[in-house]
Amino acid sequence: MEKRQLTCIGCPMGCPITVTMEAGEVREVTGFTCKRGEAYARKEVTNPTRIVTTTVRVAGGLAPMVSVKTAQDIPKGKIFDCADALRAVTVKAPVSIGDVVLSNVAGTGVDVVATKAVAAAQ
Amino acid sequence: MNSYDIVIIGGGPAGLAAAVSARDAGVERILILERDSELGGILNQCIHNGFGLHTFQEELTGPEYAARFIDQVEERKIPYLLNTMVLDVNHDRVITAMNKTDGLFQISAKAIILAMGCRERPRGALNIPGTRPAGIYSAGTAQRLVNMEGFLPGRKVVILGSGDIGLIMARRMTLEGAQVQVVAELMPYSGGLKRNIVQCLDDFGIPLKLSHTVVDIRGRERVEGITLAQVDENRRPIPGTEEDYACDTLLLSCGLIPENELSRAAGVDLSPVTSGAVVDESLETSVPGVFACGNVLHVHDLVDFVSQEAAAAGRSAAKYVQGQLETDETPIPVAAKGGVRYTVPARVHPHRMEEQQVVRFRVGAVYQNAYISVYFDDERVSRRKRQIMAPGEMEQVTLKREDLLSRPGLKSITVTIEEA
Repeated sequence: MEKRQLTCIGCPMGCPITVTMEAGEVREVTGFTCKRGEAYARKEVTNPTRIVTTTVRVAGGLAPMVSVKTAQDIPKGKIFDCADALRAVTVKAPVSIGDVVLSNVAGTGVDVVATKAVAAAQ
Repeated sequence: MNSYDIVIIGGGPAGLAAAVSARDAGVERILILERDSELGGILNQCIHNGFGLHTFQEELTGPEYAARFIDQVEERKIPYLLNTMVLDVNHDRVITAMNKTDGLFQISAKAIILAMGCRERPRGALNIPGTRPAGIYSAGTAQRLVNMEGFLPGRKVVILGSGDIGLIMARRMTLEGAQVQVVAELMPYSGGLKRNIVQCLDDFGIPLKLSHTVVDIRGRERVEGITLAQVDENRRPIPGTEEDYACDTLLLSCGLIPENELSRAAGVDLSPVTSGAVVDESLETSVPGVFACGNVLHVHDLVDFVSQEAAAAGRSAAKYVQGQLETDETPIPVAAKGGVRYTVPARVHPHRMEEQQVVRFRVGAVYQNAYISVYFDDERVSRRKRQIMAPGEMEQVTLKREDLLSRPGLKSITVTIEEA
């Protein structure tokens, strides 16, 4: 039996939630005040995911950097792999919102897309 | 002198939404003045997601949210001047501004919408002892350096203040390879959203020390270290609790202050609580024809609410220009009592109200299972239970126009927190 302590992110209450796990299965969830808290805790202990946002360098653009995000959430454990993979990327201006700057980042099957337009330098 | 119907000062989220709604209300001659080299304001450096859930029912990043509104401004062909700094606004609604191409110039406006946003509380306003080396940044400055200019301002970081920008930057600096050692917060609670504490600190094992502050900064040319100490209930450092941290960077996320130098110059009455203008239901300030919205009016948590408020300011300014906002009605004051620090608006003209009037406010402490009550004179007209209220989260109540119109002679409206 493994107990995990979480803070719910559903509202400013920030309920302290305890999840009891056994062999990778949720046995018990306690400490939540509403349904959102329980759902959050179950997801967070079995399959925690995050959208990752960062920047990549731009060549020949009006701005030196362009902001990017993973098009979907990726496993929490892959956040640093994703950031590391993007550090090596430079995109060529012009860039439009939604352009794929790196596909299948860190083997997640998720693409990284631009979140800002950068025009080419004249 | 060029003249416009409405001049909007600031091309961030508030200015953009105000411009769109004023145009949609039929005003042709609108001009946006923006000091940066692009529209979008602070959203351009807020590359994290979580914007727009209320407005677009999806989670956007800051630049994406800004782009939605910039597109609307472009579609409507609303003119704007970039790299243009407004130097003065006077009581007669004459604006003095300058930029590189036009030099110094004046513009007259039938109505002005103040949408200048806010700025961060700097070190000088925090009274932190110690030397004055390089390496001390406001969190927002570091955010701009990392996200827009591509520089990492330091490698070993301590953050003072647990406002959302500080929390976001803890994660951001960590992702870029810096080591964020600790976030210290003077208050016994964080001013940031729970989601940010979990996803920006807990995810990366960064400790949050509540009731702690920086009592010393060391280093001659560059920050070499800082000392944290615990504070008592009066926020005074407790001797013997000092802990030294070696670091090359200190980020400050200690509050935001509406940027109202221009408003003051124009003679606009400011609230000592919000540092923003005192406005009525139309978001009109004490100077007729001058309106305020967004973070220059009061600091918001969510850009969605900035956009809503700014759209209302745009509609009001349009009515003013079209001669539909004239009134000889005496406004009814909206008083903030019992834990409510302020309300926006601070007064209402019932006949000028829209059907429903949202009154936004902040509480001064954390309340659990307390009620938000509204009184018309001495009579309680509504009471709503809230499981939790905190200073970091803006609250609201809604007033109905018909309720006010059905009570001629009403002297005051009070919003208050009542504990069970």
